[in-house]
This record gives sequence, structure tokens and C-alpha cells, in this order.
Amino acid sequence: MSNRVPADIMPGAYEEERRERLSYVIGLILALTLTAGAFAVVWLDLLSGGAALAVLGLLAFIQAVVHLRFFLHIDLERSHRDDLMLILFTVLILLIMVSGTVWILYDQHVRMMP
Amino acid sequence: MSLSERLHPGINLAGTDPEGHEAAEEVLFGFWIFLMSDLVLFAVLFATYAAMSVQGIAEGPGPAEVFDLTAAFLETLLLLLSSFAFGFALLAMKYRENRRSVLAWLLVTGILGVAFVGMELHDYYVMATAHEATPQVSGFLSAYYLLTGTHALHVSSGLVWMAIMAIQIAVFGFDKRVKLRLMRLALFWHMLDVVWIGIFTFVYLFGVAS
Amino acid sequence: MNWELIFGQITWNSFVFAGAIENPSLSEFIASGAGTVAVLGALASVILLTVKRWWVPLWRDWLTSVDHKKVGIMYIVTALVMFARAVIEGALMRAQQLSAVDNSGFLSADHFGQLFSTHGTIMIFFVAMPFITGLMNYVMPLQIGARDVSFPLLNAISLMLTIAGAILIMVSLVIGQFSTGGWTAYPPFTGIHFSPGQGVDYWIWAVSLGSIGSTLTGLNFAVTIYKKRCPGMTLFRMPLFCWTTLCTSILMIFAMAPLTAATIMLALDRYAGFHFFTNGAGGNMMNYANLFWLFGHPEVYILILPAFGVWSEVVATFSSKRIYGYTSLVYATMCIAVLSFAVWLHHFFTMGQSANVNAVFGIATMVIGVPTGVKVYDWLLTMVGGRIRFTTPMLFHINFLLTFILGGMTGVLLANPGIDFQVHNTLFLVAHFHNMIIPGVLFGMFAAVQFWFPKAFGFRLHEGLGRASFWCFAPGFLLAFFPLYWLGMMGATRRTYMWTDPAYLPWLALAMAGAVLILTGFALMVTQIVVSVRRRAELAAPLGDPWDGRALEWSIPSPPPDWNFAVLPEVSSRHPFYEAKKAGTAYRSPTAYEDIEVPRNTATAPLIGLFACAWAFGLVWHIWWLVVVSFVLMWAVVIARSFASDTEEIIPAATVKAANEAFLAAVRATPGVTRDQEMTAANRGRAVPESLEGGAGVLSSGATVGVSR
Ligand code: HEM
Ligand SMILES: [Cu+2]
Repeated sequence: MSNRVPADIMPGAYEEERRERLSYVIGLILALTLTAGAFAVVWLDLLSGGAALAVLGLLAFIQAVVHLRFFLHIDLERSHRDDLMLILFTVLILLIMVSGTVWILYDQHVRMMP
Repeated sequence: MSLSERLHPGINLAGTDPEGHEAAEEVLFGFWIFLMSDLVLFAVLFATYAAMSVQGIAEGPGPAEVFDLTAAFLETLLLLLSSFAFGFALLAMKYRENRRSVLAWLLVTGILGVAFVGMELHDYYVMATAHEATPQVSGFLSAYYLLTGTHALHVSSGLVWMAIMAIQIAVFGFDKRVKLRLMRLALFWHMLDVVWIGIFTFVYLFGVAS
Repeated sequence: MNWELIFGQITWNSFVFAGAIENPSLSEFIASGAGTVAVLGALASVILLTVKRWWVPLWRDWLTSVDHKKVGIMYIVTALVMFARAVIEGALMRAQQLSAVDNSGFLSADHFGQLFSTHGTIMIFFVAMPFITGLMNYVMPLQIGARDVSFPLLNAISLMLTIAGAILIMVSLVIGQFSTGGWTAYPPFTGIHFSPGQGVDYWIWAVSLGSIGSTLTGLNFAVTIYKKRCPGMTLFRMPLFCWTTLCTSILMIFAMAPLTAATIMLALDRYAGFHFFTNGAGGNMMNYANLFWLFGHPEVYILILPAFGVWSEVVATFSSKRIYGYTSLVYATMCIAVLSFAVWLHHFFTMGQSANVNAVFGIATMVIGVPTGVKVYDWLLTMVGGRIRFTTPMLFHINFLLTFILGGMTGVLLANPGIDFQVHNTLFLVAHFHNMIIPGVLFGMFAAVQFWFPKAFGFRLHEGLGRASFWCFAPGFLLAFFPLYWLGMMGATRRTYMWTDPAYLPWLALAMAGAVLILTGFALMVTQIVVSVRRRAELAAPLGDPWDGRALEWSIPSPPPDWNFAVLPEVSSRHPFYEAKKAGTAYRSPTAYEDIEVPRNTATAPLIGLFACAWAFGLVWHIWWLVVVSFVLMWAVVIARSFASDTEEIIPAATVKAANEAFLAAVRATPGVTRDQEMTAANRGRAVPESLEGGAGVLSSGATVGVSR
């Protein structure tokens, strides 16, 4: 990679750069592991039925958190509280909408069975 | 401004470009909100898919019959690596402002992205020809195509955007506007990766496992 | 020659006039008449603009503007134009239902179906939404001490998308027919099988354009409130209207997406043979109701919350008091906003899910009554001990409290699934939601127009005519909609174009009388505006503070300059302007002025709107070349814009200084008026604060206040 050093680079920025690169690498490794794990559960028939689904869901959740942390750099400590709240509020809305929809449609479905 | 002070969540310029960082506060926050709104759209599509994949199969094939897990796995890898590559494009911009390396990383990202979309189209083609599984066959397939198709459409528009950004980098260099746009594109790209986690888990793996 | 390649599915028979020729009947004549009015209206506007040479100013000063104040005004004008159409449609439906006891009346069933569909769709998406959006646009940045919203161009684009949707609905008056599926457009009825033709497609694309515009607006306003407050303006120092704007924006961000999803799926079903909501092949039409109301319920709070904000401002100002229970009002607003995402099922209690599901959502619905009740008490207590002035907005407010409580109680009734099973889909429901929306939202917006009009244009509205219109609107509403509660309980179903039960007749007649009164009220309101424009010299209040206001928007001239604030204010309390007036520190010259950067006008937004409209029209009529071309052009504009530099211009400090000092000098030279003289020509917009009245002799000279440096 280039050696050009921007004139206005701040002291400590190189450290910072190395740290950030490391963070992407860690993220990639974690994500690859989790993905591989999830596919392994199905390919190798490690689990079945509800247990499989539960584990897959958990792995997906962890991987989403990994992506948010290492790729999107969501940082619970250093970000503005209010901004973060608005973003995290989405999670609440998603939960309400998805679980509500699934519940309602499933309930209706069951009651339509002959 | 200290290195660690953050004016907005997520990827940022704190530390290397204080002025750009300050300018980023509003636009990046705005873009986050857009992403959240988009995420709600995906959530609704997921919920619909969740219902349809069980209740809407009708006379058509079920998930386990039409999904190709190997392809899904490869697609996952492509998207993941392209996200990673974009991360490095962004670091090259943030710390070095070096056009050549940013463009090189963007090219890697783009190629991986194109490969991803290509593979998905191939999936669709195989499903449609080998299994006669087109969206018109059943509610389940309608929901499947809409969910994955919306994601693919997002990735494709990300690719177009990326091409435009490459031109802008070549034309304008790294002025403030270009930087802020590239950061937003990065958020967009990484977010699509997160959505894809949902797709490979809840669509492909769940479909085959249950 | 293959005409279909060029014109898609449009043929001569698509034009509304063809119907009147082929099948002459009153119903068709009315349809053609409406089409004619639309065409003539458009033609008249073109001629007027040409004769008066207004094309250039219209383009240069308005359509290309990105100033939040102008965008706001354009939104409200759009809303009023569309209101004129939709309210006439409402009255027409009333007339049909009155004339159709035991016979089929004068409208065909299909025409009636189009009427309630366009009426409902327009009233919600192209009257109420643009009205609140326009108001928030105009007022919120002024109240938080900002020069504009965060993304001014995006704001203009939202406006143009909304207008594009409105135009599309207007076009449906002339070319083709509108949907007969109601404003909710439930499949399978709106599927291609039962609704072939373009009607539903008009609905889909008009609504989609509006909803994309609203999503962007919500985003824009939320960022503005988070990031652009002036120094010292903490969240808990914001006026209540800003709080309600914030909550509404957040609802817009999250609630529009399910609607977009639902319309996309419906479109795919119709255009491409998908099976989301079809009868066979695994489709599930109940999911449509689910998705639609995931949006629909938050939507009603999107509409009512800004109105709540208006009511809070109005009641405090015209009671000459500060608002009672500020904090409780804020938390009540937040509670309502969050709860509104958890109750959507109450719109389809009867769809067959188990009683437990219904119970959960029914209870959640009733819970919303609690924070709303808190608000009502706060407003009442604000009036207690205040010095109430019965101005037009205040009359609307008192009317709101009285009628909204009744509407709210019928809402709690409907939240009980057992009762809902009896009266759902009857006129009882129609009465309920008009009962919330008209005195709450619509009259709230009317009150807001009366209240902020002098801010926007520099002169007050004629008070006598304002009160006259109120005295038509308020009883008109009661007459038009309270009988519907009875009718609903007697079993009269909604969306029904003829009846067989003669017992309905007297109630329908009362309702008709009410509709006529409402139309009269609207005519009086239009007259009021015209008369006020004519007499603007006498009604002028350029000094900016005609009502003894409390928040920042009243501290600047009327109309405000392009840059809003000569220097960004610094606040240290919830009532910065009021306290400054009391302490004698208002209207001070700032120590220094600075250059101000404002965005330049740009054709980007109107072009995007134009192409979006063409794109949607192409989709409706399957004119594929138009779809492709306009889509490409739309994005070409966006991309071209991203290469533009030099998008800002600088207003030199000297210009700002000259304007501001002239304003301050005028204020100092004008004696303040007390509240007794509020409605007289003496009110030029300089107020003696209520608390200083009486011993205020010194102040009214103005000399002692305006200490300048
Ligand atoms: C001001 C005078 C108004 C009159 C006379 C009026 C009259 C009517 C009538 C007769 C109906 C049809 C009822 C039926 O289904 O049988 C209706 C429906 C409706 N109105 Fe109004 N209305 C008025 C104002 C409004 C306002 C201000 C709004 C909303 C902002 C509104 C929203 C609706 C909606 C959403 C429907 C339901 C349409 C449907 O069935 O799909 N109306 N109105
Ligand atoms: Cu509701």
C-alpha cells in the first residue's frame, strides 16, 4: 500500500489505523466462523427440529451484532446517547411488527385448518 | 477534538479530519435514519416470508426442494468479503486519502458485489428452469422472490452508486462531499450484509432444516 | 401502427367524457362535470399565470425554492386545493345517500365507489398529510431557532413527490376511473381478478409517491430537531409543537415502510401475477390488512400529534398563560407514539383470529386513552385562571376539547372487540373517525392557519369572518356526523350507495344539512382569506408578534427574512421570547452580524417530481417507454445534481444587518398593544406582555426597551 503520509495526519493516527484494520480482520474472522457454524449445523445435521432453529437464530443474532460492532462501528459507549436511542428504537419497532405479524397470521392459520 | 469523540454513531472521520467529521454529523445521522426505515421495510418482508413459507406453499414446491445451500454459502462469502474490502477502502480514504488504493479496494468490493448479484440471478434461473419455481407459482415463492429480490436490488443500486463514487473520486479527489458520500455508501453496504445474515439464516437454512 | 406501444392502454373510451356520450345519465354527467372542472381549472390557472406574467416568479421564487417556509406554504396550498375537491365529494356522497332510500339515487354504484375511495384517499394522503407536513415545515425550524431544515433539497423533493401523487389523482378525474376499493384498497377485491382496469393502479402509485415523500420528510425533520436546535435549546426547552413534530417524524420513519411493502406486493400481484393476496395459490389477503394497518394506525397518530402540538400552543397563547404540565405533555406524546405501534389489530378484530389475540390488542388500544386523557386535563388546566381571549383559534380549541372527548369515548367503545363486532363496517365507525379527524386534525390545522398566518404573510386574517366560518364548521360537523352514530347502531353499513330502511331518512337529512353547513364554512374561510388579502394594509402586523407569543418564531419579523434569524438566538428557558419581553431584553441589536450561507434555488426537485409523476402515469397505463424514460431521467437528475458544486450562496453581513436594524427600529418606534386591542388596526405586531399590562405605560413607548449598542 502507499507510503504517502498525509501532511495533516494527527499524532497517533497510525496507531488508530492499525487498530481499525485489526477490527475489520477480527470482524471477518468472527463472521466467517459464525457463518460456517450455521451452515455446519444444517449440512452435518448436528441438530434437528426446534433446537436447530433456535441455534441458527442465535448464531444469526450474534453475527448481526458482530457486523454492527466491527463493520458498522456501532459503539455503545462512545456514541451520542440520543442518536443511538433513535437507532436502537428500531429494534423495538422491528420486534413489535415481526412478532405481531407472525403471531396474528399464525393464529389465523391455525383456526382455518379443517 | 480528541480522537475518540464521536458526533454520530458508526463509521466516522473523528481523528483524521475534524472538519469533515463535524460536517458528517448531520448527514450521517440522517443516513442512519434512512437505513433504519429501510430495515423496517425488510422486517416486514421477512415477516411476510415467515408466514408465507409455511402457509403459502399451496401446490408448489416447498423450500427444501428448491434451495441450493451451496450457492447460498458462496453468496454469503462473496458478500462478506466485499464488506471487508469496503472496510479497507474506507480506511485508505480516512488515513491516507490515497486515490489509487481507495479505487483498488472499491474495485475489489465491486467485483465481489457483481459476482454476488450474478450468482443470485443464476439461482433464480435454476429455480425457474429446473424446478419450475417462479414467483407466480405460489405465495411462498412470491414472498421468496420479493425478499431476496429486494435485497439484490439494493445491492445492485449500491453497485451503481459505487461506480458513480469511483468517478467522483477521480474527478473531485477527496473533498468533503465525496468523503461523506463514501461513508454513507459504506454504511449502506455493510447494512445489506446484515440483512443478508437474516436471509441466509431464516430463508435458506431454516428452509432446509425444517 | 401499433398505438399500444405509444399510448399503452389509453383509448378514446378512457376519457371520462366518453362515458357521458355512450351512456347519458346524471351519474355520468357528474363525472364528466368533475372532469371538466379539473380541466378548466388547470386551463384557468395556465391562463392566469400567463396573463399576469407569473410563470417566471412562480418558477424562480416558489417551485425551485428550497426554503422551508416556502416549501411549507406550498404544502398547505396543495392541501387546501385537494380539500376543496374531497369535501365536495363528501357532500355528494351525503346527497346520494339521502336520495337513495328505496331507490338507487342519482349516482351509479360504481361512481359512488369511486367517490368514497378518492374522498378517503385524498383526505388522508393529500389533505391531512400535506397540511401537517406544511405546518411542521413552516413552524418547527422557527421554533427551534434554525435557519432551515437539515436537508433543504430533500425537503423540496418530498414536496414535489407529494404533489406528483396529488396530480396523479387529479388526472384520474379525466382519464380512466379511480379505484372503487376504498382508501384501504383491500384485496382480493382490489386484485386484478375483481378489479381489472387502472383504478387500483392509480391508487397504488399515488399513495406510494405520497408515502415515499412522507418517509423522507420524517427523516429530515427528525435530524433537524436532533441536530439544528439553537444554542441553549435543550430538548426539554422546545415548544410542545416541536415535540409533537419530533414524535410524528419518528412515526413517519417507521410507519410508512409497511405501507410501501403492502403497495409493492399488491402491485406485483396485479402486474406480474404474484400470489401475495390472491384467493388461490397460497395467497393470504389477511396479511394485506395486517400490513396496511401496521401503517394505518400509526398514521392516525402521525396526523393527530402535530394537531395536539398546535392545540398546546393555541391554548397557552390565548389563555395568556404558560402551558400546564409541560413535562407530562411531553411524556404523554411519547407514550402515544410508542403505543401506536402496538394496536393495529383493532382495525380487523373481525377477521377471525382467536379471542385472546383480540383481547391483547383491545386492551393495548384502551391504554392509549390514558396519555390522551392526561393531555386533555393539561389543556383544561391551562385555561384555569388564565385570561382567555375567544379568538377564532381558541374557539376551535374549545370545540376540539368538547367533541374530541366524545370521539375518544366512542373509540374506547370500539376498542372492545365485543362491541366492535356489532358496529364494525357501519356508519358508527365512519362517525367515530370523522369525529377524531375533523375537530382534531382538520380544525387543528385551520386554527393553526389562523394563528400563524400573520407570521407567514405579515398581516392578520379577518377575525369576524374567521368566527363566522367557525360557527358554520363546528355545528356543521356535529350535524353531519353525530347522526351517523345512530345510523350505525341502526345497522347502516358504510360504503353503501342505497338503502331500504326508511327509518334512516331523518338522520340522513340531518347529516346532509351538516354537510351543507361545512361547505358554507369552507366558503367563508376562503372568503376570509380573500378579504384579508384585500385589506392587508389595515390588518398588517409586520412586527412579528401579534398574539403576545412565547416562543422564538414571534421574535422575528413577519414574514421572516430568508435567513430567519439575523443571528442565531441563544435561549435559557422554555419561553425565551416571552421572558425577554418581560425583562425588557427583547429586540436588542446583536453585537455583531455575520455572513449567512443559504442554499441556492434549484430545479432538481421539480424535475424529480415531474418525472416521478410521468413514471407513475406510465405504470398506471402500461406505457412502458414512458416508465423507462422517466425513471432514467429521474435518476439522471439525482446523479447530475451530485456533481454540482456551488450550491450555496452567501448573504453578506451588511445586508442582514440593514434588514434587521430596520426591523428593530420599526419595533422601537411602534407602541406595544395590550390584549384588548389585539383585533384592532393598532396591532402591528408589537405586544405588551400580559404580565406587564396595567403598569405598562413606560413600556409601550418602546424607548426604554430597545437599548441598542
Ligand atoms: C368535512 C366534511 C366531510 C364530509 C361531509 C365527509 C363525508 C364522508 C362520507 C359521506 C364518507 C363515506 C361514508 C361511507 O362509507 O358510507 C366518508 C368517508 C371517509 N372520509 Fe370523509 N367527510 C368529510 C371530511 C373528511 C376528512 C377531513 C377526512 C380526513 C382527513 C375524511 C376521511 C374519510 C375517510 C378516510 C373515509 C373512508 C373512505 C373509505 O370508506 O374508504 N373525511 N366521508
Ligand atoms: Cu387504529
